[in-house]
This record gives sequence, structure tokens and C-alpha cells, in this order.
Amino acid sequence: MENTGLNKVDLIFEKIDNKEVLAKAFKMTKEEIIKEVLDSGLKGRGGAGFPTGMKWKFTSEEKSPEKYIVCNADEGEPGTFKDREILDRVSNKVHGGMAIAGKAIGAKKGVVYLRGEYRYMLPKLMIELTSFHKMIKEIGYDFNIEYRMGSGAYICGEESALFESIEGKRGEPRNKPPYPTVSGLFEKPTSINNVETLVTAMMIVKHGAKNFIQYGTKDSRGSKVFSVSGDTPTPGIFELELGMTVLQFVDEFGDGDTKAVQVGGASGFCVPRKKFAETIIGFEGVPTGGSMKLFNSSRSMYNVLHNYLDFFTEESCGQCTPCRVGCQQLLKGVEKVKKGEAKSTYLNELMKLADSMKIAAKCGLGQSVGNAFKSIVGNFKEEIIY
Amino acid sequence: MINLIINDQKVSVQAGTTVLAAAKKLKINIPTLCNHDDLCVAGNCRVCIVEQKGARTLIASCATPATEGMEIHTNTLKVRNARKHIVELLLSEHRSDCTKCYKNQNCELQSLANEFAFGDHIFLDLVEDKKYSIDRSSPSFIKDDSKCIRCQRCVRTCSELQYISAIAVANKGAHQKISSFHDRPMSHVVCTNCGQCVNRCPTGALVEKTYIDQVWDAIYDPDKHVVVQTAPAVRVALGEDLGYDPGERVTGKMVNALKQLGFNSVLDTDFSADLTIMEEGTELLVRLKKALVDGDTKVSLPMFTSCSPGWIKFIEHKYPEFLPNLSTCKSPQQMFGALAKTYYAKKRNIDPSKIVSVSIMPCTAKKFEADRPEMRASGYKDVDYVLTTRELAVMIKQAGLDFRNLEEAIYDSIMGESTGAAVIFGATGGVMEAALRTAYEIVTGREVPFGNLNITPVRGMDGVKEASIKIEGCVEAWSFLEGAELKIAIAHGLVNANKIMKLVKEGNAPYHFIEIMACPGGCIGGGGQPIPTNMQIRKNRMKAIYSEDENMVLRKSHLNPEVVAIYKEFLDKPNSHKSHELLHTHYVERDNF
Repeated sequence: MENTGLNKVDLIFEKIDNKEVLAKAFKMTKEEIIKEVLDSGLKGRGGAGFPTGMKWKFTSEEKSPEKYIVCNADEGEPGTFKDREILDRVSNKVHGGMAIAGKAIGAKKGVVYLRGEYRYMLPKLMIELTSFHKMIKEIGYDFNIEYRMGSGAYICGEESALFESIEGKRGEPRNKPPYPTVSGLFEKPTSINNVETLVTAMMIVKHGAKNFIQYGTKDSRGSKVFSVSGDTPTPGIFELELGMTVLQFVDEFGDGDTKAVQVGGASGFCVPRKKFAETIIGFEGVPTGGSMKLFNSSRSMYNVLHNYLDFFTEESCGQCTPCRVGCQQLLKGVEKVKKGEAKSTYLNELMKLADSMKIAAKCGLGQSVGNAFKSIVGNFKEEIIY
Repeated sequence: MINLIINDQKVSVQAGTTVLAAAKKLKINIPTLCNHDDLCVAGNCRVCIVEQKGARTLIASCATPATEGMEIHTNTLKVRNARKHIVELLLSEHRSDCTKCYKNQNCELQSLANEFAFGDHIFLDLVEDKKYSIDRSSPSFIKDDSKCIRCQRCVRTCSELQYISAIAVANKGAHQKISSFHDRPMSHVVCTNCGQCVNRCPTGALVEKTYIDQVWDAIYDPDKHVVVQTAPAVRVALGEDLGYDPGERVTGKMVNALKQLGFNSVLDTDFSADLTIMEEGTELLVRLKKALVDGDTKVSLPMFTSCSPGWIKFIEHKYPEFLPNLSTCKSPQQMFGALAKTYYAKKRNIDPSKIVSVSIMPCTAKKFEADRPEMRASGYKDVDYVLTTRELAVMIKQAGLDFRNLEEAIYDSIMGESTGAAVIFGATGGVMEAALRTAYEIVTGREVPFGNLNITPVRGMDGVKEASIKIEGCVEAWSFLEGAELKIAIAHGLVNANKIMKLVKEGNAPYHFIEIMACPGGCIGGGGQPIPTNMQIRKNRMKAIYSEDENMVLRKSHLNPEVVAIYKEFLDKPNSHKSHELLHTHYVERDNF
């Protein structure tokens, strides 16, 4: 952990006695576990920020002999690499978090959906999983985890597409409702949580919700792990208290020439320098699954936008119209404007299209393309046109 | 019941009802595209989006169940703007050459464009970037990717209704497309040519391959004698393409129209349907005799019907080990074709090489069947051109006929005589019913023990139907069947065919005779029938089929005077040497990939 001027926290990677924490958790009732997580105010660390305790509560309330806890390790958001680090360093806490979640919702089975590009980690993870299974057996608890590999599709990080993929089908988002808590993996009640969320939840069980809410703000409790990249002298993984402004962040990580920060990856928001001071990193401001990308004045924001749109045009699953065709139109549209083949006012039409995509696309992917598009075009129009 | 409010109107619906269906109940129309009554919900085109009070995004009304207290608005500015964008986006990927498109004026995208996207298009044309391909390899249909809007109706049809999945979604993002296995031509994949995808495609991406021009050429060639046969299911559906409601019988007007188009002889597939009953019924009885009397253990039972070319290709691909169980009878279309160039040619004293044999079918698979190399036993191609019901409607329009005001006419002779038994071939269970009417009478000397000859247990839309008939009081020649219980089963739609075939494969099918039709509802729901299709439309057509039957004087195949005559003059007897040469065929094993 690098030393930063921001409030440094050591929760995720803290060395703990897993067995002891799990033994404690397994002695708690499911209501107690859920209450602790609810009280902590923990929101999902994958980016969408759904309250974890609520998710567990809903799933626990479903009457089904079979339920699943799924760990979303399909870390695909451009600029995010914290789950890789967590799995690499503290996979036991990921597995432990799943077991605790399993206890809370009443699931005996867990599945980790691992990003295809992380396959190289699998041998090590398998060894660690074997010893984890041995350990919980010693505690006398029945819970089993298996790993499933992704194959490189960004959309499979979307929860219902992820289920489809595990089920052996084409990874496409489902219609919602029903939500996963009612009908998830193999149509069973499922709680699907991000890698970091599960570890955080385990640490909340260890230290108590009271300890957790000392950190962060009302809307963004606790701390989280950030993946810092781009034009920064200190790229890497940092666990920081939530609630800082982008300005505080840039003061710490910038190279002195930061003109924009992309918070939350391709599906996140671009914050320009003039808004650094007023923008809070968190659910009250700009949320992030961890990706923090800094751009200095040497970067063309047109290229940044083009890159993101190119990414979405490839990574849309293609099933719904607003996303499949909308992405292509946004991409081709900015290209035409840049080349002078379309009027600059065409950007206004594209902004409206981005709005439509936000409310009409089937899943979070299509709905969030507009975030990057609108915040980059809105703040750096001249770089797009000229 | 669930109470919700749509456009300020209260409505109560059953739990599980979609917002779309709830709106329909209030007669509020929400436009749709990927939604189809016969298929599972997809929710992917997003055209049916509506605004739900308190929701962050718009919701797809086809995919969202109504919930208590929901407040929905279907036509807000927000909805309209997004919907316009969606239609514009679809158009930007779609080759809009409407004036030369076969589906012009019968295209759901065109209708939506008319409503939401007239005038200049907002977005850039993406068609040229796409390098779309057109697959013309199947003799039955054309797959034009440049017209495809990725609604996946075809994909769902092929997997849910037909258990084939000849087409599936491939690639993602901008490259997403509806593709075949390894992107092979449709003629080289497991496709039954059933055309159910064609029936449900909202645009011109999937259409039948038309032979209208070839038929006109033949009609206007003074050197040719063009005979046309019409399948039973055509007469109860053709009207839909000519302004009638589903379920109107237009037999007489159709016959007149065909005469006006210039066909030299307008004949009826019903004739050869009756012939099929004689041949297939005899074949079944012979197989039963071999099994029951001669103790021949190699007899292939249950016997399957062979009228449906989609079903034939299905079994050739998926269950080739059961090909010996198929009746060796050609389909009525092919029997007719073979006789047109032999018996008919002889009787009418026409050189068979001058005869062009055309058939009007509710089917696209018939186009493939006509092209099968087995189907030229007479030395000539049995059937030269197959037109769908839809293509006939096009010809009638092209000729400028005032169809509604045409006089009714009757079929020409010879090979134009029909019975009610032949007519019901057009509905699922019909072949079985026709066969029973004749076989039971041959064996017992009495009519089938059902009121007014209506064997109701084999009728209706259940996917799999079964029945049994106790055979008692046999005539001398068939006394070995005395007391036997004939067990039969019927399936329509290949997903149901597959259910029966699984039972047969597992040895759990106690049947003697099984009728299978590839299409939902049988031929009345065929892939060549007017578009659109849904359960109600098919039911209406089915009703019309049975009323056509009831209105016939003759209702048993063996009483068809022309059938009696052809055995006397030409074929000798059912399953004779000549019959086998002309009216029976064989099947080929095909790959299951």
C-alpha cells in the first residue's frame, strides 16, 4: 500500500484469521448477518451500488431449496484491475465472503465467474480453494464453491448475462423483472456480488457495522479499492476512504497537468478540471467501481471518446436496438463531425440519442454508454469538433 | 387480480399479464416488433417501451409484468422521442429498398417507419459499412441479412416451435447477426425449409424464393400445357391476402382465378390426397398383417406419415435410424406430379415433355421436395414449380382480377375430383382421420364409429394427440385384426414431433400409426400461408377446413370416383408395381450438423 495524503484504509488486504472470522459468522443467525451488513450501509462495489444488505435480505426471503451466491469476478470495465489484485492476494477472503453471504441467504453453493483474461490465476486459485473447502469443513460448515471462466465478453459482467453464460448459453442480459434475488442462476434465487463487496462484507462481520460507518459519507459508507491509471506518476491499487473530491484525488495522483478524470471507466463519467473541486467521488457524486483514469493536456479527448465508443460498439451484446445501433451511430457520428463530413450541430442529435439510450436500452451497458458520451462531448465539445 | 392504471384508465388483469396485454385490454395500442404471440418474450427491439411512474428508465411493455398500483403512460413525449429514435436506428441498419422488396406493404418495420420516422432520417446510413450477404442457396427461401432487424423472431421460431435452430444469433455488438451453423449456406445446414421463420419475419429478411415469373413464362408459352394443383389448405387461407378475414373459404373463386390466369387445367391435390389414403392405408394394413400374422419382426412400426416435406427432412437429419418407419408414399403433391406426366398425359393425349406441372402449396418445404432427385420416376420432374399461397395471391393481383366478384368455378377433370377426407389433410390430424375413415371401412365393412364421420379425438390444436380404435367385426380378409386395438398418435410443429420421436426412440411409444406435420396446426399453418399468423388465425382456418369437409358429398377417400377409375385404368391396385414405381419413394440419411 502506497502512502497517500488521502485517508488510507487497510480493510480489504488486512491480514486476518479467516477461520476465526468464519467461525464467528457461522455462529450468527442469518438475520444477524444481514442486519450487520444493512447497518453498515455497504453498497455494491462493482459500480452499480445496490445496497448489499438489501440484496441478501431479498434473496434470503425467497423460499427455495436451492439458492446461489455468485461472485462476479468478470472485471471488465476499462481501467479496473482491483478484483484481480484482491483475488491474487486475499482469495481466501473472497471465498470467505461468499460463505458468509451463503449463510445469510441460505445458499450452499457458490460460483465464481472469473474473467477469461484471468485464467492464468486459476491454478493458484484452485489450490487456495481446496484449502478453503478443507477449512470450512473443519469448522463444520457445508458450503461449496466452483469456478466458471468467462470468455472475454464485457457484457458477461452484467449479472443476468453472466448467469446465461454460466448456464452455457449466449451471454445476453435477461428482461428484468424477475430480478436475480427471485430468479437468477438456473432460475434459482441468487445473490450476485462483486469480489470486493464480498470481502468488504466479511470485514464488516469481523469488525462490526459501527466500525465501518466511521468511514465515508452518508451515501457512500466505508472505503473502497481504486484502480488508478493514466497520466499519473503513481498508478496502482489504493484503498481509500470514500467521500473525497476529484480535486483531492488529483492533488494526490495527478501529474500537475491533469485536465480530466474518467471516473468509473468507459461506462462512467468524465470530470473536467473546472468541476474537480465540486465533484465528490461516491454515490452522491460520481460513482465508480474503482476505475480512475487521469488524462493530462497531451491527450485528445476525441481519441478518448472514440476509444470508448469503439469499445462499446464491439462489446454491446447486440440484442437490443438502442445499444447495438446506438453505439454504432455515436461512433460514426463523432467520426463524421471530426472529419467535417457532418455539421457540428449533429452532435446535438447524438446527445439526444444518448439520452434515449439511457432510458430505452435493455441493460446497464446500453444505459451507461450515454454517461461517457455526454460528459466528454458536453465538457470537451471543441476537442470533438476541431 | 392486479390493478393498474394505463393512460389514466383503470384496468384489472390476472397476475403475470404483461403491461402490453393489459393495455390491449383497454384497446390501447402499443407498437411492437420483436413480440410475437407464438413465441417467448424477447424484449429486445424496445419499440414497445412505455413510461412507468417512478421508474428510472422506460420499460418494455411486452416483457414487464403488470404489478399492483402501476401507473403507465404509453404516449408521453419521452416515450415518443425514444421510440422514434429506436425506429430510426433500426432503419439505419436496414436496406430500405422498399419499392423492390417482396414484403413491400406487408412489412412491420415499414408500418412503424410510416408512423414514427417519415421524412428525412436523423441518423447515418450504416448499411454500406455492413457488407451484408444474401443467401439464396435454399430452393425454398431467401435470407437477406441487409433487411434483418435482429428481432430474433426467426431464431425463436426455429428453436421453440421447430426444435431445429438452423439459425441462431452470432457475434456481438455491431457484428451481431442471425447466422447458420458456421455461417454455412442454408442449403447445407440442418434446415427443414418449413418456412415458419418466413411466416414470422417482420421484414423482408426471410422470404420464400418465388417462381412467379417462371410460371407466367410457362403459361404464355403456346408450346406448353400448364396444369396446376391446389393443396387443401390453400383454399381456406388465400382469401386473407385478398382482403378476406381469416377462415373464409374461397375455393370456387380460387379455381376461377386460376382459370383466368391461364392455366390449361386447374386440378386438385385433393385427388392425390385421396390416392395417398389408398396407398398409405394399404401400406399400413400390410405392415400390420406382416407383424401380426406372419410374425415378421423386421416390420417397421409404428408407421409415420410422409406428406409433410419439412417433417421428412427433420427425420432424415435427426432420426435417420427410423427412416424405414416412414410410409414410402410420396406426398400428395408429388403423386399428383408423377401422374400428371403419365396418366394425365396419356388420357389427354399430350406429350409429357410439354406439360408444365405447377402446384399451389401452403408450404415452402414443398419447393425443396419438388427438387429432390427422387422425384422424377416418370422420366420427368414430377412438379416443375411450387408456388406458395402468398405467391398465388400476388399473381391474382398482378393479373388485375377482381377476386371478390369472381364467379365460383369447379375444378377441371381428370384429377380434379375431391372428397372431404382429402380436404382435411390441411389440418393436423386430418391425414389420420381420412386414413381411419377408409381403413376402418375396408377392414370391418362399416363406417368409423364416430358421429357424422367426424373423428373428433384426432382434431384440435393440442401439440401431441393420441387415440385408439378397437377393431371389431372384421370382414373375412382382415379377420386377423379382430379385437385388435389400433393405437395412433398425431403431432404438429416439429418440437412436438421431437417429443414423439423421443418416445419412439426410448421404446415408449405404443403406437401403430403416427401422423406428423412440420408446421403448427398442420398445413393450415404452413410456411407458405398468408402473413401474419397466430393461434386464432390458424384456428379459423382449421374451422374452415372442417366445414369444407362437412359440405362435401363424398367424405371418404375410397369413394372418390376418379381414384376408383385410376386404379381400374392405370394403377391396378394400391401398392401395385406401377404404384410403387410412380407413387412411392425412398429417403436419405442426412447429417445432423
